Amino acid sequence: MDAFFEWFKWLYDDTGINLPFLYDSYDRGRMIDGFFMTIKLSVLCLFFSIIIGMIGAWLQASPLKWTRRFVGGYIQLFRNTPPLVQLYFFYFAIGTMLPKVSNGFGGEEPMLGGFAWAVVSLSFFAGAFNVEIFRSGIEAVPNSTIEAAKALGFSRLQIYKDITLPLAFRVVLPALANNLVNLVKTTTLAYAIAVPEMLYEANQIWSDNVNVTEMMIFMLLVYFVLVGALVWVMNRWERSMKIPGYGA
Amino acid sequence: MAWSEDQPMVSIKNLHKSFGALEVIKGVSLDVMKGEVICIIGPSGSGKSTIIRCVNALNDMQKGSILVEGQEVNDPDLNKLELRKKVGMVFQQYNLFPHKTALENIMMAPLLVLKQDKAEVEELARQLVKKVRLEGKENNYPGELSGGQQQRVAIARSLAMTPDVMLFDEVTAALDPETVNEVLVTIKELAEDGMTCILVTHEMGFAREVADHIYFTDKGVIVEHGRPATFFDDAKDPRTKEFLSQIL
Amino acid sequence: MKNSKYKTDLPVMLSPKTATAGRFNLSLKPWHGLLLLGICVLSSTAAYTADDTANAPPFEVLLRWMPLLLKGFVFNLVISVSAMGIGTLVGAALGLGQISLHGSVRKTSWFVTQFFRNSPWLVLLFFAMFLLPFEIKVGGFTIPLPDWLKAIFGLSLPVMANVSEIVRGAIASLPSGQWEAADSLAFSRTQVLWRIILPQCVKRMLPPWMNLYSILTMATVLASIVGVSEVMTLTGQALSAEDGRTDLLMPFYSFILFLFFIYCYPIARWTVYLEQKFAVKT
Repeated sequence: MDAFFEWFKWLYDDTGINLPFLYDSYDRGRMIDGFFMTIKLSVLCLFFSIIIGMIGAWLQASPLKWTRRFVGGYIQLFRNTPPLVQLYFFYFAIGTMLPKVSNGFGGEEPMLGGFAWAVVSLSFFAGAFNVEIFRSGIEAVPNSTIEAAKALGFSRLQIYKDITLPLAFRVVLPALANNLVNLVKTTTLAYAIAVPEMLYEANQIWSDNVNVTEMMIFMLLVYFVLVGALVWVMNRWERSMKIPGYGA
Repeated sequence: MAWSEDQPMVSIKNLHKSFGALEVIKGVSLDVMKGEVICIIGPSGSGKSTIIRCVNALNDMQKGSILVEGQEVNDPDLNKLELRKKVGMVFQQYNLFPHKTALENIMMAPLLVLKQDKAEVEELARQLVKKVRLEGKENNYPGELSGGQQQRVAIARSLAMTPDVMLFDEVTAALDPETVNEVLVTIKELAEDGMTCILVTHEMGFAREVADHIYFTDKGVIVEHGRPATFFDDAKDPRTKEFLSQIL
Repeated sequence: MKNSKYKTDLPVMLSPKTATAGRFNLSLKPWHGLLLLGICVLSSTAAYTADDTANAPPFEVLLRWMPLLLKGFVFNLVISVSAMGIGTLVGAALGLGQISLHGSVRKTSWFVTQFFRNSPWLVLLFFAMFLLPFEIKVGGFTIPLPDWLKAIFGLSLPVMANVSEIVRGAIASLPSGQWEAADSLAFSRTQVLWRIILPQCVKRMLPPWMNLYSILTMATVLASIVGVSEVMTLTGQALSAEDGRTDLLMPFYSFILFLFFIYCYPIARWTVYLEQKFAVKT
């Protein structure tokens, strides 16, 4: 392994191609931390955005007009405004209004840090799309199938949980996969509020080493691979969820 | 009021049902005794299906009364689950749950709705598979079965709830001609076992063979009813005569 | 047997509607936008009463800065239109490359498309900002490349990749019978493409293209991260010029949200309208 790292040192000395995160253990640590921060951010946002999507789709089927309007307003608001401004709004505007908490060293710090706000903001952003996606899936489940479940005495919740959701989920998987891929790409916005995710750490490294070109190309490659891997997993999942004679 | 077996199992009195301004049922009354098989026939759009859909509360009604084993269906506080445990229903489009295998389709309601023990339910389900002659197809998904096979799974699925009455809503109408018979045989065997059945059907020969009583509906009212032999050979009403002359 | 007219299959899924289509009309009315502005105003006054210093009321401050912010927003729109134009031209060519008969052209176009489609917009923006020179020399002339121009190039990269996919998808969605019919009439491939295939594709491409434009417009604020003086940058400057008063944050950011909303929401509505209109016809 050391020889592997050393080779990049030679590469730098010989050709000027500087990849410090491969031969310098400090930069390597930063890069790895950034990578895992991006993963952590993505996974949390994926999770919460799907929860928001499911609850939103459920609420949109509500008989109450104002509940539906509220969800509709939420969707349109988050879909038609820049996610970066949403993030700033959460982090700066709302974040500063929250009470400060003592940090145990006699000082005070904000109740929620940048990372938490990034999760909140990006989850609501992606969640707005997920609501629409889930709703279209629920509408695609034939009413007659629901009726059959009713005739068998299923309760409303049982129908939603055991019939509607599993069927709707299969229909929406492609659209959902697409949105999740977008979400992973959108996590780079956390850079703007100094959450130390991958792009942020890369920036730190290129500031210290003046190797923007190398870092930039490396970033593009990493995201290409990361997103490619997610697409691959989602495709596999789609195929494994396929049931004979159902769906496209 | 306690219900006893000498009273009608299903008693419909002066049923009225409209969809918006369109009145489809204009005062229908009929009684079904335990173990009886009755067939409702009539031209398309005469409201036959609506009648039986009212029996298990899939449709609500505007006026009138339906008693199922003495329990009033036209009641805002009706416990639909209790009703639907007593009344099984099979649909024209089978409406199997496409994401569950044949056996799982049959087992689902007893497990979820009646919370029965899984081993017992599975044993019952396997017996029912045998009864509808689908051994070997237990683990196939609905998409892999023919229409006739799916419809027999649907019958078994209803039977798994051990209902007292079975409703059949044009169950052979969507089937290929060559598979109609296998479904009719299953229903006939069920009738011979003493199951109370209400059928809406276009199969005149079958109605004549299995029914205890035939009801002919047109434009939302019962025009004529009687024993099969008298009904088919000695119809009184001109509308019945015209219908029979067209269909036979 | 009278029943043959009932010969249907099992109830297969109704085709899922696109995520944007559907119950759109009940979800939001123009007054929701006004509501947003209302929240913006109310929050400012609410924050003001909570803060009893002798400062000017937040809404007054916002009003003072509004002309500058609006100018910044117009700059965002200029960036979005330029990036869309460049991205569409290059992307259309790339999309046609994806259906080229030359294997190498096809594969290269595919790879370029995928590569830029899978990359985060912000990374592509950095890519353009840092890797393009600040001026280029053509012959004896020196053409300067200011930051905003680089930002336009940076944002047109993902647009290009997405347009390429839209073009490829629209062409692939046409029934192959169209190609065969045209081929049988001895049209050349170029003729088939320009006279028969592409005119039919325009309708299919328009809704996703507009959707992309909307996304691009919202992405123009990313340029603030790399220092282009668009609306977000100006907002930041305005806020620091006001000594970082925290009661100003809410009204200012609400105002930016509001600006984008009133611009992007009609586009979204129109997109859905076109989607539904074309869906019926095809």
